[in-house]
Amino acid sequence: MSLPIYLDYASTTPVDPVVAEKMMEFMTPAGHFGNPASRSHMFGWHAEAAVEDARQDVATLIGADSREIVWTSGATEANNLAIKGCAHFNQRKGKHIITSRIEHKAVLDTCRQLEREGFDVTYLDPDSSGLIQPEMVAEAIREDTTIVSIMHVNNELGTLNDIGAIGKLCRQHKIIFHVDAAQSAGKTPINVEEMFVDMMSFSAHKIYGPKGIGALFVRRKPRVRIEAQMHGGGHERGMRSGTLPTHQIVGMGQAFKIGFETLEAETARITALRARLWDGVVDMEEVHLNGSDNQHVPGIVNISFAFVEGESLMMALRNLAVSSGSACTSASLEPSYVLRALGLNDEMAHSSIRFSIGRYTTEEDIDAAIAQVRVAVEKLRLLSPLWDMFKAGIDLNTVQWSAH
Amino acid sequence: MAYSEKVIDHYENPRNVGQLDESSKNVGTGMVGAPACGDVMRLQIRVNDEGVIEDAKFKTYGCGSAIASSSLLTEWVKGKHLDDAEQIKNTQIAEELALPPVKIHCSVLAEDAIKSAVRDVREKQGS
Repeated sequence: MSLPIYLDYASTTPVDPVVAEKMMEFMTPAGHFGNPASRSHMFGWHAEAAVEDARQDVATLIGADSREIVWTSGATEANNLAIKGCAHFNQRKGKHIITSRIEHKAVLDTCRQLEREGFDVTYLDPDSSGLIQPEMVAEAIREDTTIVSIMHVNNELGTLNDIGAIGKLCRQHKIIFHVDAAQSAGKTPINVEEMFVDMMSFSAHKIYGPKGIGALFVRRKPRVRIEAQMHGGGHERGMRSGTLPTHQIVGMGQAFKIGFETLEAETARITALRARLWDGVVDMEEVHLNGSDNQHVPGIVNISFAFVEGESLMMALRNLAVSSGSACTSASLEPSYVLRALGLNDEMAHSSIRFSIGRYTTEEDIDAAIAQVRVAVEKLRLLSPLWDMFKAGIDLNTVQWSAH
Repeated sequence: MAYSEKVIDHYENPRNVGQLDESSKNVGTGMVGAPACGDVMRLQIRVNDEGVIEDAKFKTYGCGSAIASSSLLTEWVKGKHLDDAEQIKNTQIAEELALPPVKIHCSVLAEDAIKSAVRDVREKQGS
């Protein structure tokens, strides 16, 4: 076990050494460094073949045709391309978009931009476990709705939405369905046919691939049409111009291939680690699991340790790399909008820690994490006036606070 | 966030953690902040008949800077007269702990806490 222990896999993952090794073959003079768009020589052909193999590997993980995969710089760009590109293309049909309040900022901020351009956006509130139910989407659909964008797995909570049910609904209403799958690829089975998904965003670095590369799945049958956001040489069938970064793409392909092959075994292993972590802290007082206890990916565990502030807790957990929903860890000084959207009070949002478990997490890591968390929470509670009040039987909601 | 050594020292070895008898006439309590904002400080002082602070205790729910600000404050006010204690400015705390700009509000909270505690003990003593 090496210190600090990395339990922030939902933030990013290390590149799998097999992936890194493969990437190295596509950069140096001795390797296949050619431009995949060069049609006139071997260098280009080799690079193009590698790019197409990778495209197939990404398609295989999600049950798509490789021609439906468009390379982007990451999931942020894929989300922008999907939502803006589709909203703009279909604006004569309608200008209403449905999304949720707990999407990633790459979706929310894109929708805000479209609102500035005159589009109308409905932001669905999740239920108290952080899920978007198909009925919520059904109720929000209007005559002029053109896109529904709902994430597969929430990055803070790990909650897993019923994408198939929402997809079916959208297909019945002939509405384009976009899914941000940055947190779900390689973590839970995906099949874009069975789930009626029209567009899906991916990122390589969440699944042991390199940063700076992602992809957008764009359905061919029935065909989804989008307006390009990046103009230039007409790469990627005109949907996204720019010279393809062969080494990045090859890395993403290899990462998705490994993700596909190890999905089942890894899910079982990480599920056991999750249970081990939760069992190790659940007997402490006032510890709450945020999100859904049955509809989630195993790798993300979001826990509120009441009466302890998240940032100071992370400071005490110096040998653990985790993240917090606390205001103090964000530039905006606002507590997590995701946790607040669940109806959690602000205090619980400030007290939350997200542990995310991944490929290189061991049982020893989890045991060490549990030990550190227990010591730190105990120490900080002894420092906490709120803990004193709780122990004295005072209901904090009845106290008149001097908010600042 | 990178903290200064002084913040880390106060955070790891907080001084004067605890509670004084709130009902005592010689004890002033200042409770400031709100759980919703992510920080709550409770600062208590005990004064002698001359108005000099003999003891100070704190408990803080909040980030490392908030804990350090209140810990430092208890050290500073001990032995000070109430008149001098209430003159402590947040800028002095922020400077001593080298707080980054986003953490200045922690030192403001500490200043509010001592002012509030001084006011409380004065009201109790009817002066």
